[in-house]
Amino acid sequence: MNSSGILSVVTFVYGFAAFLYVASWIFKKSEPGRLATWVVFAGLTGNTTGIAMRWMESYTLGYGHAPLSNLYESLVFFAGTLAAVYLVIEKKYQNRIIGAFVMPFPFLAMAYASLSPNISDRIQPLLPALKSNWLIAHVVACFIGYAAFAIAFGLSIMYLIKEKDVHGNSVLLERFPKTGVLDELNHQMVMFGFLFLSVGIITGAVWANSAWGRYWGWDPKETWSLITWFIYATLLHARLTRGWHGRRIAFLSVAGFAAVMFTYFGVNLLPGLHSYGAMGQ
Amino acid sequence: MNSWQHSPIFKFFASVQLTVTVLLTLAATSVIGTVIPQNQNLDDYLHTYGQNLYRLFSVLDMFDMYHSWWFQLLLVLLTLNIIICSMDRLPAAWKIVVKPPGFKPSRFLNASCQRQITVSSLDQAQPILEKALSRSIGQVRLEQTQHGFFLWSEKGRWTRLGVYVVHLSVVFLLAGSLIGSFWGFDGAVNIPEGETAKMIRLNNSGKSIPLDFEIRCDKFSVSYYDSGAPSEYRSTLTILENGAQVFTRDIIVNDPLRYKGINLFQSSFGNLPSQNLVLSFTSRATGMEYKEKIAPGQTVTIPEGLGSFMITEFNRDHQFKGHSIGDAFVGMMTPPNGDSVEVVLPVKFPSFDRMRKGDVIVAISETETRYYTGLQVTGDPGVWVVYTGFLLMIAGCIVTFFMSHQQICIEANTAEKICSVMIRGITNKNKIGMQKKIDATATAAIKIAKQQ
Ligand code: HEM
Repeated sequence: MNSSGILSVVTFVYGFAAFLYVASWIFKKSEPGRLATWVVFAGLTGNTTGIAMRWMESYTLGYGHAPLSNLYESLVFFAGTLAAVYLVIEKKYQNRIIGAFVMPFPFLAMAYASLSPNISDRIQPLLPALKSNWLIAHVVACFIGYAAFAIAFGLSIMYLIKEKDVHGNSVLLERFPKTGVLDELNHQMVMFGFLFLSVGIITGAVWANSAWGRYWGWDPKETWSLITWFIYATLLHARLTRGWHGRRIAFLSVAGFAAVMFTYFGVNLLPGLHSYGAMGQ
Repeated sequence: MNSWQHSPIFKFFASVQLTVTVLLTLAATSVIGTVIPQNQNLDDYLHTYGQNLYRLFSVLDMFDMYHSWWFQLLLVLLTLNIIICSMDRLPAAWKIVVKPPGFKPSRFLNASCQRQITVSSLDQAQPILEKALSRSIGQVRLEQTQHGFFLWSEKGRWTRLGVYVVHLSVVFLLAGSLIGSFWGFDGAVNIPEGETAKMIRLNNSGKSIPLDFEIRCDKFSVSYYDSGAPSEYRSTLTILENGAQVFTRDIIVNDPLRYKGINLFQSSFGNLPSQNLVLSFTSRATGMEYKEKIAPGQTVTIPEGLGSFMITEFNRDHQFKGHSIGDAFVGMMTPPNGDSVEVVLPVKFPSFDRMRKGDVIVAISETETRYYTGLQVTGDPGVWVVYTGFLLMIAGCIVTFFMSHQQICIEANTAEKICSVMIRGITNKNKIGMQKKIDATATAAIKIAKQQ
């Protein structure tokens, strides 16, 4: 089996894990949840193997490069990073309900990569502008950041649901972490994401400077990553002002993730293109 | 606190509310420039948006909004905010860092992270607690009291400065970009293989300016993958000063040449008309083929009295009946009697002219590919300020997000045969992490107590 084959199996493994987490939450049984952790492990192993194989396959084809050069490869890497960061969170906070709100993302990312007719899984040679170690650092940092923001988004949604249930009547929300913990975790994920987004933007700027002689050009993709950065910087500071806790922070986190998604997918719909934006074709 | 720190203007500029407002406004307005394409032809805007919108947009500088006065004003506001906010807070933080107040048990009484346990013997618990504390924080100080002791440890006092490093980094970025916009330039030059250039054309004004040195393009080459996609663009450049060669180096995309603060980037290339063009003229009547060397603008006489031929132009990407046929010479054939006809000679299809079915078939017999290299030429003295800002930002964020100023105080007392141990922790962030450390210390002590 080649890498694309393995990666399409991984899609279903992640889907199964997400299903188990949701089932474990809804039916209040812990067994599916425990199984789900192992399923994520299996998925992550497959995901990593798939990436490694793709790397080797590109060398067999004669134009070897790290598998981070087009939309398909970035989605696969994104899914793997999300699963890995999620496992760390689960270990640290011993709460599997978070899985029900996070694991659908790697599944959707992989499903989109494998099934969308617009995304080619062919290994393509690198164009001259993409031959740069800065580019690899740039993509890796950005996607680690995006993964953290995706988890912060899941936590914010949990916060907003939990917050509605002031009297603790809902049976479904019983085992949710307390709002205080969700808020704190959200903040930690945002800090983690903010660091990596900053590194991502910076390495991107250094790459642009070595390829085109300018570190910043206000093209839509760059600008949207900066918009995302502004939103999360707002969030970090809003926590310091009175009255901006919990709910508003959760909303900002949701808005930030919307900006992440737009930076990732939406920019291609805008007039005037980032050369990299058309990379999926 | 000085009196100027009470003035309303100072308070306004020092407030985090202003930060939140400015950052959100920057985020929201930045969207505009991604929806309205920037720096396009003004006629195109007029066409797309119509008279009224066009006027409104141009009053608001929407067609180059990131350089508009109001966007720059937002950036200035952010900078003022950061500087003033730091002036407001840094002195207090600095004092904490450089002048440790020393150990005072009273400071810990209201600590937000606490845990109380009881142990069977203080003498046994002391080394255990000491070890646990030194593992989780660091060097431990011991103070004996009448009924027991205090253990105290502290670390990461300096990390309180991390956030100021982040803020300073933002000032560096803005200052660096400002330096770039005043003293930097961005231009381009095309240099044919074998030729030398000294003048470059500025991108924004179109003006030509001379460099301090000359650039010669010795060679340009492009290589392709099997699929036909380009793999590498490479120019061999020689730098000359006053006619003397300084050095020769190859540049490729992502590996520019830097000399005297000026950067040369590989950005494009193109073909030039061959200087050694040989055409063949085949007479339809006799079938004879005649070869003639010819240069653009030159006229040659075709034997057998068939007339004359002149190369009028060379087009890159020539359009023939709506199709692109790539590089092509265009010539004018003038028969001895009759009208001149245009002859197209695509480099890629040497016998293209056969199709015309004329009395003479013109074909390219010998040619060579000659390239020019397209260089982006930039100079930006602000780049190192910006890069310093980048480093400061990353370092500052790591310190601010993942390190903290932590202190733990353990108070142990014996009263009426009960040995009680109170563990209290203070931290400037990550309370959850602090509580975990306290719990770990308590667990270590309890375990020993159980073993007795
Ligand atoms: C783009 C600009 C800015 C960036 C990237 C930035 C970055 C940061 C970061 C990363 C933190 C740490 C947050 C945390 O610990 O969760 C922080 C804290 C802070 N920022 Fe900013 N900041 C910016 C602008 C400003 C401005 C304009 C002010 C002016 C009021 C400001 C005031 C503060 C304050 C008061 C803190 C808290 C410091 C503390 O914890 O003692 N920031 N900033």
